[in-house]
Amino acid sequence: MDVAVILAFVSGILAATWRMATPLIYASVGEVFAERSGVINLGLEGIMLVGAFNAYTAAFYSGSLWLGLLAALFTGVLLGLLFAFFTVTIKANQIVVGTAFNLAGSGISGFLFESIFLKSNYSSLGIPTFNDLSFPFLTKIPYLGDILFHYNILVYITVLLVPLASFVLYKTAFGLAVRSVGAHPKAADTMGISVSRMRYICVVIGSVLTALGGATLTLAFANQFVEDMTSGRGFIALAAVVFGGWTPWGATAASLLFGVFYALQLRVQAMNSVLLPYQFLQVLPYVATVLALISVRHRAGSPKALGVPYRS
Amino acid sequence: MRAVTEISNNHEFSMRIRKVLQGTLMPFIAILIALAIGAVILIAANFNPLQAYQAMYLGAFADFSSFTEVLLDATPLICIGVGLAVAFRCGIWNIGGEGQFYAGAVTGTAIALYAPALPGWILLPLVLVGGAAGGALWAMLAGYLKTRFGANEVVTTVMLNYVAIIATSYLVSGPMIEPRGTYPQTAQIPDGARLPLIMPPTRLNLGFIIALLLAVGLYLLIFKSSTGYAIRAVGINPEAAHYAGIQVKKNILLAMAISGGAAGLGGAMQIAGVTYRLFQQISPGFGFTAIAVSLLVNNNPLGIILAGILFGGLSTGARLMQMNAGVPAVLVNVIQGLVILSVVAFGAYRILTMEREE
Repeated sequence: MDVAVILAFVSGILAATWRMATPLIYASVGEVFAERSGVINLGLEGIMLVGAFNAYTAAFYSGSLWLGLLAALFTGVLLGLLFAFFTVTIKANQIVVGTAFNLAGSGISGFLFESIFLKSNYSSLGIPTFNDLSFPFLTKIPYLGDILFHYNILVYITVLLVPLASFVLYKTAFGLAVRSVGAHPKAADTMGISVSRMRYICVVIGSVLTALGGATLTLAFANQFVEDMTSGRGFIALAAVVFGGWTPWGATAASLLFGVFYALQLRVQAMNSVLLPYQFLQVLPYVATVLALISVRHRAGSPKALGVPYRS
Repeated sequence: MRAVTEISNNHEFSMRIRKVLQGTLMPFIAILIALAIGAVILIAANFNPLQAYQAMYLGAFADFSSFTEVLLDATPLICIGVGLAVAFRCGIWNIGGEGQFYAGAVTGTAIALYAPALPGWILLPLVLVGGAAGGALWAMLAGYLKTRFGANEVVTTVMLNYVAIIATSYLVSGPMIEPRGTYPQTAQIPDGARLPLIMPPTRLNLGFIIALLLAVGLYLLIFKSSTGYAIRAVGINPEAAHYAGIQVKKNILLAMAISGGAAGLGGAMQIAGVTYRLFQQISPGFGFTAIAVSLLVNNNPLGIILAGILFGGLSTGARLMQMNAGVPAVLVNVIQGLVILSVVAFGAYRILTMEREE
């Protein structure tokens, strides 16, 4: 292989990386807030799936992608409040509630998709998707244009989201309250911070961003809903939070890393000279996630009260 | 300090009655609540819930032969469920029952296909033990990653589910594909590797009896043996268990081995008793349903027998509901999730009322 081929291959992978990482970035940055406040939301997979479905349904019937996003946002708020009710108010086991969310989320999105869409005689189930933006001059730069300047708006929103999340978490009074509630809830309580209220807010932030991450799957990447289309992304986002040391930038970097494996899979599958059975590529993101989890042996970044309901 | 024994005895007695009542009634109420919310969803999707539930009920319990199909569906749920109960009792959230089931199905099939010359009385036990071993090893991998590296077992077991399912898809379309076959499936296993039918002409086989024995065995192990005591102690408070001289990591690995072994046995029995060959979708999600099965009865293996039959009935019924009333069977997943949430809400309510009484 000559240099040009290798360059094209590498830039091809990098060009798909950010796109593939986007749903993970939304979900994991949101989950950083939930976990920093002390709640681990294992229901991300289910929330992402319902977000993807509701965004698709709203966009399908209204014809507006923005209304699709709005639907995902409302979905996130509602499911976040429900998750917080179970885990914060009635202090149920967070893992059990998360598992219930995943089962019910997969069930309800699949059920409604089958009974609303598959049973009807729509000529097409496709929706228009967010177009890739093109920047004057920049998009035409060789390689770099492909890697950085040819995405849709939902991908570019992450450029604003991540610094904003980092700023809120580390430079504002609100962020300080979030971190204190997750590290020393008792002390925070004594200082007059409402532990429950902070955890409600953070779970909802996480849930909203996760549902929006799901919306990127239907509104920007695929042009329709497919049952269980998240295929583990909610769990991979959870791993990205751990691998990223519970910070927005870290979670984003981890998401991009996992994005490389998704991109590799797409890229090699697209090449006709198949060297490997496709399953070897399909399995990459999952293996990478396990490897990432075992490579972070220091638990220093873990919020001290993570997973523990607060009883005043 | 006056009205001592009589009143406190009375109080204790009524508390106990209430506890037993709550313990047995709670799962039923949880199911009813889930079905009620399911009815709302059905109405929202423009179905008649009475018709749908009737089709579901008839699909599962119309006659004896459909009930044997329920028991056939209950068998893997009981196997995986009692395994999960052991892990959950140890405080390990094994969400990997699905992958461990696949691991057992793959190893069981491999033994049956590659050692067909063995006499049946050796081959069949070997298939079952091999399946259990395959599932146990797959689960212990997640256990090892937790005890050695502190990797969250929920995420690793879910990832290992995907790995096992994808590996199965590779095996049945490549190395293990049936000779001269075009479908992604293995050849049929030899007669000697099959579980005997116990009620011909129905498909009910010895696997169901083995599942019942497994449940009783694991009940005795968890509640009546010192091993089970240690496992539960780790689940209740690992630090206290450690100071009491219990080896926490060893018990976590043991609980995962038992958990995966039971699921793997379920996988091997699905091959040896129902499908007679391995293919991609060997499980319609047994591993996830089994989570609801175990949680519904507070991770009690004897309760899991009933819960497994109940959920087996739900899935069997749902398939018939889809065929006869056109209602998507995937509704069952919603009901499973809602059942867990109802159980959780009940548990929390009970703790709150107890706190108030104290």
